[in-house]
Amino acid sequence: MNADALANLINWINRAVIFGTVIMYGSLGELLTEKSGNMNLGTPGTMCIGGAFGFAGAYLYEINAENPSAYLVILIGLLCAFGSAALAGLLFSFITTTLRANQNVTGLALTTFGLGLAKFIGMIIIPEGTTTVKAKFANEVFSRTLLHGQAGSTFSKIFFNYGFMMYLAIITAIVLHLFLTRSRKGLNLRAVGENPATADAMGINVSRYKYLATVIGSGIAGLGGVYYILDYNYGGWSTQAALSIQALGWLALALVIFAIWKPLNTIWGSYVFGVFYWLFNFISVFGLKVTSAQSSLVEAVPYVVTIFVLILVSVRRSRENQGPAALGLSYFREER
Amino acid sequence: MADIAVEMRGITKVFGSTIANHKVDLEVYKGEILSLLGENGSGKTTLMNVLSGLYYPDEGKIFVNGEEVQIRDPKDAYDLKIGMVHQHFKLVDVFTAAENVVLGLDEEGRYDLSVTAEKVDAIAKRYGFNINPYEKVYDMTVSEKQTLEIIKQLYRGCNILILDEPTAVLTPQEAQKLFNVIRNMRKDGKSIIIITHKLQEVLEISDRVAILRKGELAGIVPTKEATELSLTEMMVGEKVELNIDRPAVEKKHLRLDVKHLSCRNNEGVLVLDDVNFKAYSGEILGIAGISGCGQKELLESIAGLQRTEPGATIMYTDKHGETKDLVGKTPRKIHDLGVALSFVPEDRLGMGLVGSMNLIENMLLKSYNDGASPMIHTGPSRELAEDIKQELDVQTPSITTPIKDLSGGNVQKVLVGREIAASPSVLMTAYAVRGLDINTSYTIYDLLNQQKMDDVAVIYVGEDLDVLLALSDRIMVLCGGKLNGILDGRTATKEEVGLRMTNMMEGGTDNG
Repeated sequence: MNADALANLINWINRAVIFGTVIMYGSLGELLTEKSGNMNLGTPGTMCIGGAFGFAGAYLYEINAENPSAYLVILIGLLCAFGSAALAGLLFSFITTTLRANQNVTGLALTTFGLGLAKFIGMIIIPEGTTTVKAKFANEVFSRTLLHGQAGSTFSKIFFNYGFMMYLAIITAIVLHLFLTRSRKGLNLRAVGENPATADAMGINVSRYKYLATVIGSGIAGLGGVYYILDYNYGGWSTQAALSIQALGWLALALVIFAIWKPLNTIWGSYVFGVFYWLFNFISVFGLKVTSAQSSLVEAVPYVVTIFVLILVSVRRSRENQGPAALGLSYFREER
Repeated sequence: MADIAVEMRGITKVFGSTIANHKVDLEVYKGEILSLLGENGSGKTTLMNVLSGLYYPDEGKIFVNGEEVQIRDPKDAYDLKIGMVHQHFKLVDVFTAAENVVLGLDEEGRYDLSVTAEKVDAIAKRYGFNINPYEKVYDMTVSEKQTLEIIKQLYRGCNILILDEPTAVLTPQEAQKLFNVIRNMRKDGKSIIIITHKLQEVLEISDRVAILRKGELAGIVPTKEATELSLTEMMVGEKVELNIDRPAVEKKHLRLDVKHLSCRNNEGVLVLDDVNFKAYSGEILGIAGISGCGQKELLESIAGLQRTEPGATIMYTDKHGETKDLVGKTPRKIHDLGVALSFVPEDRLGMGLVGSMNLIENMLLKSYNDGASPMIHTGPSRELAEDIKQELDVQTPSITTPIKDLSGGNVQKVLVGREIAASPSVLMTAYAVRGLDINTSYTIYDLLNQQKMDDVAVIYVGEDLDVLLALSDRIMVLCGGKLNGILDGRTATKEEVGLRMTNMMEGGTDNG
């Protein structure tokens, strides 16, 4: 392999991992939510909200502070993203768990709302006359890699060439995995998603678990949005960016199915999605050339793969690799 | 048998206009097995749901160990060491036995399933269960699931264990194993309440029997002093004379000849076992049985909704004497064969009618495919809807009101009216008067009798024995999916039917 092709390949992997990290957050958040039996199709919108507020927080801090601190910009960015997205999750929970509205309709409405809200927040921040605005300092902090700009070995270029949030995503996945499989609360949560009537009869507060899982899950999804803006998109906010986050949000939902509701699977799954997504740009690695029309087709590969996984999972009918049994259903104690 | 574990005093529970329990007094001693016996709808399960916290009583008091207590939800019941195993198990399918046991508990110490598994094993050993704590629930047999449910209660330290029809889903061998376990628990000083309607079991296992009849306590007797006959008498009560006509029809023709009919449910359990019978025009064939003894499967196999086991034949003879086999045919095919079958299912708004559609549209469900035009012709349906509303006195603001806004009795009138309007030669009804008031019930009886006079073979699945005895020309008794005799409706006694419902008898008199 010549040096050019290798550099190309490394570049591809880097883009794929960064891309994958965005949807990994969305996907982990949605996974936690779905484990409680709530199907939150509002996740794309929630990610937009997280992105917009996270960006707004970081940007306003960096332009107003005389000497912006790296720690503070991280803290503000993450808190704004998590908090705003969690509020969106709270709204979803209230409508679906307390008022028992249809989850799909509520979710889709939340996605539309989230996109609109994100654009609105952007409008306030973007100075008149321009279409984009950039949080330079925040971007610099969020995309600061372990390589510190030095040229490392091939290994370190593949594994250490990312901002801290890429590693945070992996840690989140592992923590989520341990929580779901190794803790009492995780067991109870899974029971709520599988069979809320049984959980209720065993003295588990079904509503509380649904609320908490959805709110925290939405918050995690919101981190994906802020990561998209401050790292993947080089700190730039535009209306187009909000639309892109939403598009990735749908991929995040697909990834939950692709990962058959197992957090550890989302780690490699998200990178696979990233590799496929960027295939069009790096297809020359294989000596192929594609037109721009074909490249859009190539971008659809992750969705096609998800459809195949879905078919495979339902054909195999394995009891283990299914989504929570009560996914998407509201729970009433009196109904029997 | 000295100490009282639980005492219920004057428990009354009302659902809408039906009184499920009326001033029931019951006490359970420590270290005893109490059977709670009664017909369908006699209020056994309701009473126990009150004790286990699912329902809150409208009147009455509950004492545990001599102290008055309030049981508002299952958690309260657990705190008082009362546990109930429901007929429909409350288990998470994709969890292991141990995970199900530990679910919802806030135990001290680290979450470690191997500790739970050890405790489960210890409980299993102590009482004689067999269980693998690491087995997933979806891999378990019904009997294992039940074992798990009981262990779940014992793990929570329950001293009072309520079992709702525990043997309904078990083979006789499994039932014996369960009884041994229950005896071990009694030895351990626990109180066990078994809801059942199987008389042999009552006599075999329990120390005392409490009999409920129509929501009231009919009596409590020590098992030693009870016989099957005495218990049946207490269970069914005095015969009530009903003013239901039973016109005799001279000319009867064979309509249905069912042979070797067997069905399995989703779990592969045989729910209908080699049933043979004939149904004639000009007669009402009553079907009696404890609920879930294959009545539903019987009607649904004839209607083409239920897969039958190989070897079954359902021969239908039409008015011209031609015969057709209905086995393996879909409802559409049966209809296309020219078989005039009408079916009033138990689940009125699920299988019979569409709740959100109005009267006219519900009429269309039966005739949507008639005619060659791709458009729906609503004219006849509108007329039919009007007719039914007038003739059966359906209380509805208009025939364009959604069916779900009608009361239960009016819904049933619409359904029966529609099925009769199709001028069937066989009319099957399941629990046609369930939940209806007296007047509507009599309207339905009259309609059925009219059909019978019009040369229709009527099959009537019922739960009220008095009605079955007054209405049916012949009564077919099902017991655990098996045919347990076909009796003459004019001569059969309530005790005889009651006994046959609960006891399998050798050589039932089949006069069909």
